[in-house]
Amino acid sequence: MRGTLMLATGVALVPLILVIYYLLYKGLSSWSGSFFSTDPTGNFFGNPGGIRSAIFGTLEIVALASLLAIPIGIAVALYLTEYGKEGWFANLVRYFVDVMTGVPSVVFGLFIYIVLVISHAGGSGFAGWKGALALALLMLPIVIRSSEVVLLLVPGSLREAALALGAPRWRIVWRVVLPTARSGLVTGSLLAVARGMGETAPLLFTVSLATAATANLNGLMNSLPLQIYTDITSPRDVIVARAWGAALTLVALVLILNVIARLISRRSSMA
Amino acid sequence: MIPPETTSKEPKEMSAAEERSQQAEAAPDLAAMGEQRKGHGVKVRDLHAYYGAVHAVRGVDIDFPANEVTAIIGPSGCGKSTMVRCINRMHEEIPGARSEGSVTLDELDVYGAGVDVTAVRRMIGMVFQKPNPFPTMSIFDNVAAGLRLSGTKSDNLRERVHRALRAVGLWGEVKNRLNSPGIGLSGGQQQRLCIARAVAVEPEVILMDEPASALDPIATLKVEELIDELKSRYTIVIVTHNMQQAARVAKSTVFMLDGEVVEHDETTKLFTRPADERTERYVTGKFG
Amino acid sequence: MEASATTATGVRSRLERTPAARLPDQVLQAGLTTLAVLILGLIAYFFVRLIGQSSDALNKFGFSFIFGNDWDISRNIYHGAPLVIGTLITSAIALIIGVPVAVATALYVTELCPRRFRGALGMLVDLLAAVPSVVYGLWGVFVLGPKLLPVEKWFANTFSFIPFVGGGGSSITAPNYFIAGLILAIMILPIVSAIAREVLATVPAENKEAALALGATRWEMIRMTVLPYARPGITGGAMLGLGRAIGETIAVVLVIGNAATIGHHLFNQGYSLAAVIANEFNEAANQPLHSSALFAAGLVLFVLTLLVNILARWFVRRGTRGMRAPETDSGDAASASVASAGVA
Repeated sequence: MRGTLMLATGVALVPLILVIYYLLYKGLSSWSGSFFSTDPTGNFFGNPGGIRSAIFGTLEIVALASLLAIPIGIAVALYLTEYGKEGWFANLVRYFVDVMTGVPSVVFGLFIYIVLVISHAGGSGFAGWKGALALALLMLPIVIRSSEVVLLLVPGSLREAALALGAPRWRIVWRVVLPTARSGLVTGSLLAVARGMGETAPLLFTVSLATAATANLNGLMNSLPLQIYTDITSPRDVIVARAWGAALTLVALVLILNVIARLISRRSSMA
Repeated sequence: MIPPETTSKEPKEMSAAEERSQQAEAAPDLAAMGEQRKGHGVKVRDLHAYYGAVHAVRGVDIDFPANEVTAIIGPSGCGKSTMVRCINRMHEEIPGARSEGSVTLDELDVYGAGVDVTAVRRMIGMVFQKPNPFPTMSIFDNVAAGLRLSGTKSDNLRERVHRALRAVGLWGEVKNRLNSPGIGLSGGQQQRLCIARAVAVEPEVILMDEPASALDPIATLKVEELIDELKSRYTIVIVTHNMQQAARVAKSTVFMLDGEVVEHDETTKLFTRPADERTERYVTGKFG
Repeated sequence: MEASATTATGVRSRLERTPAARLPDQVLQAGLTTLAVLILGLIAYFFVRLIGQSSDALNKFGFSFIFGNDWDISRNIYHGAPLVIGTLITSAIALIIGVPVAVATALYVTELCPRRFRGALGMLVDLLAAVPSVVYGLWGVFVLGPKLLPVEKWFANTFSFIPFVGGGGSSITAPNYFIAGLILAIMILPIVSAIAREVLATVPAENKEAALALGATRWEMIRMTVLPYARPGITGGAMLGLGRAIGETIAVVLVIGNAATIGHHLFNQGYSLAAVIANEFNEAANQPLHSSALFAAGLVLFVLTLLVNILARWFVRRGTRGMRAPETDSGDAASASVASAGVA
């Protein structure tokens, strides 16, 4: 029986190994200086260009999404642990946040499309910031749940000691709870960011695709997942090769974030 | 049980007869297990046990005579539980734990090469401090658990489960709800259920690791009464921190300290005229 | 604190907080509560808008939207049975393949594997969740699909007597239900495994000991005590995996073939609710009925995943609470570890 289970575990890991192998095998050859420094040209013939705008776009969109999701997420988690606690309302919020983690990413994209894109809110149809909003909605429940777990790990005795010293609630939160939970919060946030970085569907309906690098979040932008998605179905081999290179880049970014997050959580005493 | 009498029996007398039969069912009835068997003794020789680098049991030699109750007493951390767990080879289940020495059940060393550890555990049963009936199983299935592991067929199974429940005096209390969950019983009943589970496979030896310490006084009394009955068929080793309990149930007692046996003697003698000074200090409550 | 005269007013002035000093706390509480209310409001708003956009198609097609088999863009008819069936088939494949492997992995990591490898193995399995779905799609299109095609053909020929799985002949193509289901299985594996590991860890050690002391082998002990105890929780984990499989869009749209028919064979092309939205989105941009149909597909998807998730969470909570009064509620830890492991 031990053998069967060990075999099953091996089987589970085979896809991971194969994916990474093929990413390296087919993607590394695309990597070059120009790969990272030129934008995709969008032309069917001729030089397909690199993925610079995709990288920039992803960084910009994910940064904005994180700026929204992480503070709000931690704030809601704070509400749940410090104020709401076991009350009926807090439990209701928890329940729905839990359920929200199961909502498919495509639904978030559709939602923003309906509410913001069709209506041309902000003077534009597709826009980078709308995509960021969709991603933020996706990341929010993840940040809330993981932050709540971490905040709950802060020993009650610490809070009590601070209360006994006569500190007001907000100061306890700011000076005792948050610093103690800091590494756990960072870990949870990094994992949420890694998740947001890899999502395609929400961007498909909110940002669409552009080829030029741009800092204008109020218009079309490129992004790594969308670039890959579009390139996969191309009949030209060089473009498909570019997709592999871009995929390798994306996975590298995501894995780095994951590894950093786990290293932080391992080192901290709250792990 | 009671042969049907003429119908002119008054209701009051009937209920007295019923009461008596109920009491009979509540008392441990080891005769239910069948004909008397002679038990087997255990000899522990030069036993050492380790948790990683910690030397918890240091060279212990004890004889546990057949069909007798031997108690092991000593302060917390003296190694009594560890030593007992070496007898049925449960100690080695703990990661990083190992043992050396020999434990013989009637001349067979349970640590010998080629000995099947699961067979050892079927011959040397164990009852734990905290009652641990299987929560997903009914009362019947709990008692049957050990029997099913050894492949007992179902007719034989039912009979042996009933016998075990009678033997521990639980039959009257549970006969009408054998299919209800094992954890639905009270603490004392759960512990007797665990004893029934151990007895059902008909081991040679029963090890009990502080079996009553989680129970209330009345339940404790019932368990002790049961132990007294059980010794007629099994060899029993009971770890206890309760000296009065040792005095009540055990013929001989071993006093352990810091992983070693300090004294091993007849219970009354150990408690009233201990040979070793450390034993005297312990039993008079000066420490531990 | 300086020593000061404890006159009545002196004490009161030290004890009372001025309204100004109380303000930050009140603001914080009010602010955070509002935020929490907004979250709930958002979800409700979701629903309302989505229903609004779907109403055209739903009104026009009624139940045929789900049960009718005729998804034809050229005639502007949107009966979505191929979508629903495709979703069900691929999710079923994902569960059949993914759950046993995930549970086996969890069992190995928690019960049988040498202690020092446990953390690393767990982390590796969790990393499966870190790979973005578009990368799985890429890999599926260019590696898994083509490489498995000969195997699929051999399988169909050898087992041609089994309906649905066997036979098929020339209709076997590289993008198909099976590849989609297989990729979904890989994607849900980390989720189910993470929850299974949490649940397996809650089995009380004393029950495992009791089984061993009765003479059970390791595997007998697992079968007797661990698996029955963990079953509700693992069921919940499997359902969470199901929810993920139902909603996965990008990986599926790349490897299922996007054929608006109900494939008769495991290795045929098909469609799914999520895939149709991604695939026909651009085309439907200026077609009101088509768009409405896509939104309706999104609505069905949303409701489906909500239901599955609600049921799943109930199971997981029941499973990690176990059958005794817990000292801590490990149900939250399980859900949160799932959340941070990268669950959709």
